[in-house]
Amino acid sequence: MSALLEVRGLAKRFGGFTALEGITLDVAPGERLGLIGPNGSGKTTLINCVSGALFNDEGRVVFEGRDITRLPPFQRARLGIARSFQIPKPFRSMTVLDNLRVPLEYAAHTRTGQRRAEDEAMRVLEIMGLAARADQNSAGLTQVDMRKLELARAMAAHPRLLISDEAMAGLSGAEVDEVLEILFKLNAAGITIIMIEHIMQAVMRFSQRVVCLDAGHIICEGTPDQTVANADVQRAYLGA
Amino acid sequence: MRGRGFWAASAALLAAGLAFTELADNPYYFNATYVVLQALIMAVAWNILGGFTGYVNFGSAAFFAVGAYTTIFLQKAFGLPLPLMILAAGLACGLIGLGVGYLTLRLKGVYFAIATLAMGIVLETLVNNWSYVGGAKGTFMLTPDEHLWFDSYSEMLFMIMLVLALGSIAISRALSSSRLGRGLAAIRDDEVAAECSGVPTLRLKLVSTTVMGAMMGVAGAPYPYFVTYVDPISAFNLFIAVNAIAMPMIGGTSHWAGPVIGALLVGSAQEVITVTISSELNVLLVGIMLVLFITLAPQGIVGLARKHWRKRS
Repeated sequence: MSALLEVRGLAKRFGGFTALEGITLDVAPGERLGLIGPNGSGKTTLINCVSGALFNDEGRVVFEGRDITRLPPFQRARLGIARSFQIPKPFRSMTVLDNLRVPLEYAAHTRTGQRRAEDEAMRVLEIMGLAARADQNSAGLTQVDMRKLELARAMAAHPRLLISDEAMAGLSGAEVDEVLEILFKLNAAGITIIMIEHIMQAVMRFSQRVVCLDAGHIICEGTPDQTVANADVQRAYLGA
Repeated sequence: MRGRGFWAASAALLAAGLAFTELADNPYYFNATYVVLQALIMAVAWNILGGFTGYVNFGSAAFFAVGAYTTIFLQKAFGLPLPLMILAAGLACGLIGLGVGYLTLRLKGVYFAIATLAMGIVLETLVNNWSYVGGAKGTFMLTPDEHLWFDSYSEMLFMIMLVLALGSIAISRALSSSRLGRGLAAIRDDEVAAECSGVPTLRLKLVSTTVMGAMMGVAGAPYPYFVTYVDPISAFNLFIAVNAIAMPMIGGTSHWAGPVIGALLVGSAQEVITVTISSELNVLLVGIMLVLFITLAPQGIVGLARKHWRKRS
């Protein structure tokens, strides 16, 4: 089966600083991929290049067989790449429900009237456990609800690939379990998920495969157990 | 306000305007309301880019002036009727809005504001050196003899302005509650997140600058007939730009009603002060109100009202 996402020889430089180099990565349809690495290793830069928030300097990004390297982010979102942000970026002037209407109306093309978009948004909010907050202003949410809203908004775009950028940072153990539960549910519904996370216990439980980045290079790729046992990963990230 | 209520209110206002032209005799009333309505259109237009989309435009006076000078040019060149000139001014300023948007929308925040200010200066210099439309010394416009069934030309101008004002409010209102309006709000709140949610941010910003420009041009088009003498200093007056910013800020930028409320309040206060105290105090008043609102009620009157209702419910 061909890959859903293919990254080929990707490089990204900021001035003289090389943030990513020679990144080649395949993600299979329906896969749960964990992306780990120390701070500043290029994880977020990599997903910025995949979602289009940054353009890569070298290499190609292919999604469902289509070269999207030069596509602006909004077109990638329409093709089915959705992401959450490490630092939540809710649309602050809107209610929680309206936050979801934006991707529903723009990325998922739910043009079949107000009612349908609202029903669909409520459905996503129910899955995410945010239904009770629907009419609340998004700026006043708690930290955990804000992170759920990030995922909910990504979900509302009807993605084929969901990239979760540290959706669990700063959450308590029970809250981490809650978010993991949601991600498992989404994956079971056929959505491919790339998870960036520092909480190793969550990465180990969730991922079928783990990729470890260090200083802009992939230093290890394998099952969670293999990755944790890898000497390079231990030296660069886990601290042996 | 629900759809039917809004249209009923608009129709009622239009009828009231017509009745006003029949009942009132003093031409001052029509001049004063014309000035308020002109400021209202400018405020509503500014708010489409400034309030809904979050880009602060300091060059409103330039769009207004280009609208006015379009009329002057077309009058001198072809002698077209006023409705056609309004249309032409809207088109011309819409195009300038599109061009300015394309050139400057990669700039953010204060840089965008400076670019719009600079555009105003460039256009003013051009007009200053264009003798066909009067150059720096300005030009006179004769008021046409015909004024439909109205008693005077200024009564007709007042009605035209009322129609244009109601039209721009309707456009702004339709925009704010539509899919497009939500896209603009998403851009204002977070441009990267908007783009990643599928919003074509550049295209939407261009729509926003174009609509804003067109509306301001429309507001400026009847101006030469209203004042009968136009020079670059009065048409490109910074006070026009300041009013266009202050009125939405005072009324509240997040809702379509904000600039309307702000323009009616500040505009009427300015007229009253001009008559009772002095026309110089006008400027001071806007300044003081702006400072008070920005420090005490940054969400404007609409924001205060919302807070009040939330407490009660």
